[in-house]
Amino acid sequence: MNHLPILQVIIPLLAAPLCIIFASRRLAWLITLAATWASFAVSLLIAQQVVTVGALSYDIGGWPAPWGITYYIDYLNAFVLFIVSGMSALVLPYAFKSVQQEIDAASQPYFYSLLLVCLAGLLGITVTGDAFNMYVFLELSSLSSYALIGMGSRRRALTAAYQYLVMGTIGATFILIGIGLLYSLTGSLNIQDISYQLHANQIIGSSNRTLLTAFAFITVGLSLKLALFPLHLWLPNAYSYAPSVVTIFLASTATKVAIYMLLRFCYSVVGSGSIFQVSLGKIFLLPSLAAIIIASVVAIFQYDIKRMLAYSSVAQIGYMTLGLSLSNLGGLSAGILHMFNHALMKGLLFMTMGAVSYRVGSVYLTDFRGLGRRMPFTMAAFVIGGLSLMGVPSTAGFVSKWMLVQAAMERGWWDVIVLILIGSLLAVIYVWRVVETAYFNPLLELEEEEVGEAPLSLLVPMWLMVIANIYFGIDSSIPVNFAQRAAALLLGGM
Amino acid sequence: MSTTVLLELCILIPACGALFIAASSRFPNLREGVTITTALGLFCVVAALHLRPDALHLAPIVVAQPLPGLPFILALEPLGLLFASIASLLWLITSLYTIGYMRGNNESHQTRLYICFAIALASTMGIALAGNLITLFVFYELLTLSTYPLVAHKQDHDAISGGRVYLGILISTSVGLLLPAIIWVWHLTGSTTFTAGGLLAKDLSPVLVTVLLLMFAYGIGKAALMPIHRWLPEAMVAPTPVSALLHAVAVVKAGVFCMVKVVLYIFGADLLLNTGSNMVLIYIAGFTIVTASIIALRQDNLKRRLAYSTISQLSYITLAVAMLTPQSITGAAFHIASHAFGKITLFFAAGAIYTAAHKTRVSELNGIGRRMPLTMLAFTVASLSMIGLPPAAGFISKWNIFQGAMSSDNLLIVAVFMCSTLLNTSYLLPIVYAAFFKKEVQHLHHDHGEAPWPMVVALCATALLTLVLFFWPQIPLHLAAQLSGVGR
Repeated sequence: MNHLPILQVIIPLLAAPLCIIFASRRLAWLITLAATWASFAVSLLIAQQVVTVGALSYDIGGWPAPWGITYYIDYLNAFVLFIVSGMSALVLPYAFKSVQQEIDAASQPYFYSLLLVCLAGLLGITVTGDAFNMYVFLELSSLSSYALIGMGSRRRALTAAYQYLVMGTIGATFILIGIGLLYSLTGSLNIQDISYQLHANQIIGSSNRTLLTAFAFITVGLSLKLALFPLHLWLPNAYSYAPSVVTIFLASTATKVAIYMLLRFCYSVVGSGSIFQVSLGKIFLLPSLAAIIIASVVAIFQYDIKRMLAYSSVAQIGYMTLGLSLSNLGGLSAGILHMFNHALMKGLLFMTMGAVSYRVGSVYLTDFRGLGRRMPFTMAAFVIGGLSLMGVPSTAGFVSKWMLVQAAMERGWWDVIVLILIGSLLAVIYVWRVVETAYFNPLLELEEEEVGEAPLSLLVPMWLMVIANIYFGIDSSIPVNFAQRAAALLLGGM
Repeated sequence: MSTTVLLELCILIPACGALFIAASSRFPNLREGVTITTALGLFCVVAALHLRPDALHLAPIVVAQPLPGLPFILALEPLGLLFASIASLLWLITSLYTIGYMRGNNESHQTRLYICFAIALASTMGIALAGNLITLFVFYELLTLSTYPLVAHKQDHDAISGGRVYLGILISTSVGLLLPAIIWVWHLTGSTTFTAGGLLAKDLSPVLVTVLLLMFAYGIGKAALMPIHRWLPEAMVAPTPVSALLHAVAVVKAGVFCMVKVVLYIFGADLLLNTGSNMVLIYIAGFTIVTASIIALRQDNLKRRLAYSTISQLSYITLAVAMLTPQSITGAAFHIASHAFGKITLFFAAGAIYTAAHKTRVSELNGIGRRMPLTMLAFTVASLSMIGLPPAAGFISKWNIFQGAMSSDNLLIVAVFMCSTLLNTSYLLPIVYAAFFKKEVQHLHHDHGEAPWPMVVALCATALLTLVLFFWPQIPLHLAAQLSGVGR
């Protein structure tokens, strides 16, 4: 039997206590590094197997499907696993110096341990084919991320973590209620089995109220976790006050995994083509468009640049959910692809924020004056990340926007296309404020101080991301292929 | 070396040049040496393309494939070769001029300027060689972004706000109109490749064609059709070499170049003539020609006057190609060349006057011709070219465009050209007259002669080229004539 699916979760989960046992920050970092790289390798192997063999299924403890917990991996999970473990593998080399500076020495082993637990949780959500197991992993990742955010160096990090805790718990509870209702309907927790029972007992066609309620709870709960527009309030604070590494990690993975869950429940459980999915598309349309426009406008007025990027994340999540609400093949693939591309660009941008705060101490707009000259590599990386965010051709951001616009055109939603493009223009404005300050506002003579370029261990992962942003803008065949197949699978039902 | 490699080198040489310039930032002499070498190398490569008989019949090169059915393609066609030749030749001359200007005025951030110049040229080459709309769009945006630091070079309040207007208008028109237009074309045809005779189907409704044409016309903000011309005068806050090369040659010519390509290769003459949509473009361009000339009359700042003159001259090209007669298309293509040489000379002269005499206003130029005879002589030649008088290159393009206007039997167009020729004369010749024949106001002048020699050499060279192009117009005319067959 192929043990790759369980390895994906078990490696970070087992490495987490090791970090605390050894209680040395260097060893803890090394263990975490090894664990994340191993996870990344596993995710690559899984992806390779999914491509060659087809979907993987793994029964934990040998218990077969409806009774035991089954891990089930198809194109969609494999893609999300790749995003999550790949980002963690890239963040870890970056983490050492940044964490050393931002978190006091005694807490560092705990920090790494929590990071691993969070990673295990996110990967667990993605591999599992069991609804309740998914909830358990969701709590695992959420609880650890509350603690991680609370470790930020400013005291406001604690309020931010608390705010996230309240909102996140409400969301998780809603999800749990939804899963419970599904269980009461079908007597099963296995996602495939739930879907089978719903169809076999003809619950789906009969506008069953319990089913509607279950999905109302699940959708709202997940919308909280993925920060869909009016439910995004926890996100800006959490992202701006968390330690740099946590922001990079969560921004590029956590919301993506929540979107993955939404896709799983909407498509794999209910199946496509049902009246339910059609109405959900309409429900998501308005918040998505509102996110794209309103969050971008709010981002323009932020002076804390990390916060600005956080609002931009809310807007970008709008693009992903917009892809979902288009609910045709093109839109769904665009949404799935944008999970990947957004991880690339936001990961990169938050990495540059980490480097700036490493050298300058904070990331207010005024801190960026003259940085174009003093931190040339970091700021060049910021410019490229910004271009990707705007969706300039030959960057990754362009590919997903193109696909999204194409899908909207298929549906004939011209007004939506206009809003997508307005969103791009707003991105130009908020990115350009920073670029203009960094390159064209020199420091006054009096405050001239020596700020050097960020250390190499920060620059190398950052520039790997730069290369990825450009490479996947020029040749996007691999992610596009994955996204399209995943979308086709979802629409075809499981 | 195969022709394919030569095409790729056209973009790679200036791109790599930018890296070398960055690397040699500590040694100004080496840095300038690298700039000149790069420019020379690029010019040689483009010249070599002229000698290749197979260059214009090359299979398109697929550079990358970001999405299925959406490749990045490089391909060479007559107009692209013409544009690449002009840009590379004038970059070489401008590099020489820039060195004189930057050193003469002790400008700061010189390395950034040279780097951005090289990247802008790489983008210009990319535009010239683009084989489909999406490749064109990539380089078009890259050109906007790489020229922004040049416009905002001085970093003072005016420069930064000028830069904002520049970037704001160019990016918002291209993302807001050009990109949707490209997507629309892709949606209609499943391709964005430039196709001789037009890519779009011949049975589209006139309304759709007109809307799409307008989206392209205003989406290509660099062609400066009114009312989105504002970025061009704003960009005049840039140092003069930047204004000269970018806002007389690379950027604005990229704009009209895109316009010509879109009209001929995407719409095609038949589609536009059958639906009558080209009349819309003709009216907009005609309006721009006359209005911009009138505004130019009222400008006292020399560079702003030249900027408005550029706006009006660009619309000559748009109008000429929109007429869609063979002669006018030839004239449009030739005007890209002749206006480039003429206008760059005028800007060079303006920069030389600023460097030697620190004057920026037309009203201060009385008698300056006696102190700077070569500069003002070059200015005179270039003015003749702008007006369209022999023996300057502008005559040939105007001759062709006029013939096209006559054969299309549209008296309004003829009237626009008559009117604008008069206006051109009245905003340029008074400067020449004042420079040579009016008495200089003593207290305004400190004692100065010509500008530093690299600048004088450069501006004499371009003025000379304007004359050469009148007597030996074969190469550009030949390429331009090839183009006129393409539209059908």
